Amino acid sequence: MADISIRQVYKSYGRTEVVHGVDLDIHDGEFLVILGPSGCGKSTLLRMIAGLEAISAGDILIAAKRVNDLEPRQRGCAMVFQNYALYPHMSVAENIGYALKVAGIAKAERLRRIATVAATVGLGDFLDRLPAHLSGGQRQRVAMARAMIREPQVFLFDEPLSNLDAQLRVQMRIEIRRLHRRLATTSVFVTHDQIEAMTLADRLVVMNGGTIEQVGTPSEVYHRPASRFVGSFIGSPAMNFLAATIARPGIATIRAGHAIAFAETDFTAPPGTQVEIGIRPEDLIVTSPGTPDAIEMQVEFQEELGAGRLVHGRFAEQDFIVQLPAGHKPVASLSLFVLAPAQAVHVFDAQTGRSCRAAACSTGPA
Amino acid sequence: MIERTPVLNLVTHLILLFGLAVAFVPMWLVFTASSLTIQEINAPPISFIPGDQLLVNLTAAWQRAELGTKLLNSLIVALAVATGKILIASLTAFALVYFRFPARMLIFWMIFATLMLPLEVRIVPTYAVAANALAPLQAILDVSGLSALWAYVTGVNLVMEWNLLNSYTGLILPLVATATGTFLFRQFYMTIPPEIVEAARMDGVGPLRFLRDMLIPLSRTNMAALFTIMFIYAWNQYLWPLLITTDRKGYGTAVMELKRLIPTASTTGGGTPEWNVAMAGCLIVMLPPLVIVALMQRYFVRGLIAADK
Repeated sequence: MADISIRQVYKSYGRTEVVHGVDLDIHDGEFLVILGPSGCGKSTLLRMIAGLEAISAGDILIAAKRVNDLEPRQRGCAMVFQNYALYPHMSVAENIGYALKVAGIAKAERLRRIATVAATVGLGDFLDRLPAHLSGGQRQRVAMARAMIREPQVFLFDEPLSNLDAQLRVQMRIEIRRLHRRLATTSVFVTHDQIEAMTLADRLVVMNGGTIEQVGTPSEVYHRPASRFVGSFIGSPAMNFLAATIARPGIATIRAGHAIAFAETDFTAPPGTQVEIGIRPEDLIVTSPGTPDAIEMQVEFQEELGAGRLVHGRFAEQDFIVQLPAGHKPVASLSLFVLAPAQAVHVFDAQTGRSCRAAACSTGPA
Repeated sequence: MIERTPVLNLVTHLILLFGLAVAFVPMWLVFTASSLTIQEINAPPISFIPGDQLLVNLTAAWQRAELGTKLLNSLIVALAVATGKILIASLTAFALVYFRFPARMLIFWMIFATLMLPLEVRIVPTYAVAANALAPLQAILDVSGLSALWAYVTGVNLVMEWNLLNSYTGLILPLVATATGTFLFRQFYMTIPPEIVEAARMDGVGPLRFLRDMLIPLSRTNMAALFTIMFIYAWNQYLWPLLITTDRKGYGTAVMELKRLIPTASTTGGGTPEWNVAMAGCLIVMLPPLVIVALMQRYFVRGLIAADK
């Protein structure tokens, strides 16, 4: 068990800087997910914690001990890799027990612990097989067992589910969650999949372009995005954005001439500020034609999801998506009138992309 | 790809059979020739049917060329070259792939360049070095003035000599020092996924342990292949052993001593040439490489089945 403290960490390869001064505290026993598009520096950050990449500047502390100059084996971390990285010439048992063998633990003790861990992940019957003779899900379990057997202070997961098919991914996600509930080991999980991130995380870190955009619980990140990027990256279908100007507190004017109301206690911006209004497709409510300030979108096509219906169209020369609740009739007309409830409207500064939320929501970067 | 092309199949098989015949007919001729009497072998049409003198000819060849000691010499040299090659090549490639040190690529390209310099090309300088393996060191000391300094201080002239002529070391070392194996191992190590290296580091493995537990077991098939190639290469050496050994009784190798069985005017003294004995000698000398290939081939197949990825 350990907490991890990341202080002003930078990473550059030659002249290219890929992580620009990250500050992050990971609490003891927490399941932290780092989410971001590819190339945002999330894997690099994880690998710096693991000790597989050198830290260009800044400090990483594990259990209050500075680990910058320690070898991976001295940091007490175990890692699960995206493509499992099993040793192809070793059986399942040898793969799982290899770290113990290297550590010089006696064979009897080793076998006992291999059996226990293998039973935990349901591999008891496969101990003699070679990785080549296992399915993807079984290989993933071997990789997990290999990490577990060392009883590490920290688990590091580098997109461990990306190579699995959709069904198995959901199943392994549940197993990882269950495992974490039982072991309560500090875990850092890197992914680009927002569903994975939302379902696994105690806390979520959204990264973009080598910096942290927002840190918070999944619910905070979803409902109170700290920047336009977070709003657009989290949630499927993606948030609708409309360019607007603040008319007076609580009211913004979209260029098309519509006024849109937002919660003035939440968002503060001086009148005249160029902003972007963000509205999630599921927050929009269909209204009758002619309602004042209703958004009139041109319907292009519709997608039936079973649990709802997506209407794709255009408004103010931009793509616009509305999610209708289940049971709603297909839209027959060419245009659809929708209203955005004021409390569901997000306001972002058009220049900086940051949220205009008055009390900066949870912990954004300084 | 599955296609039904009966005519093409027939043609390809015919080509294969022709290739097989081209490779096999000379071997068969060696075998039949070594089983005939001296009269039969010298009768005009070449016989493709074996006679009954095989054992007699084999014994004659064995005794005349002293093949017992010569085969042992060849075996020692070939085994040492093959083993030494694997040791040096795997370690060199390990250093080149997994360690970052100054001039790493330069060193790799220098090693690679020697691929273009087979033994025959560099045979004169190699001989010069073999005649005195310490000569390059001596030259450095002379040029830098260190030996003059030594002579001045101690009053003793420094002359170093390490003669490799007529020794196993001399037969073996120049054949070990080639780039083929290094290149082979380097290419193989580079196909090992970097995640495996990282997983091993997370498991607390140091470099030497990684070499022992990962690289060596994973490259067993490569080692078998390299061993076979190098064994045959060393076994078939003719020019180098001829050059470096003057004591043919003690250090002659089998392939080189076959020459003694080839009938010339001086050996036959104008009599009938004994090609049957010469061919019997060939047969004996061909055998060890054949055995090695047969043994190692079984190993390749097993390696290919066991390891995927």
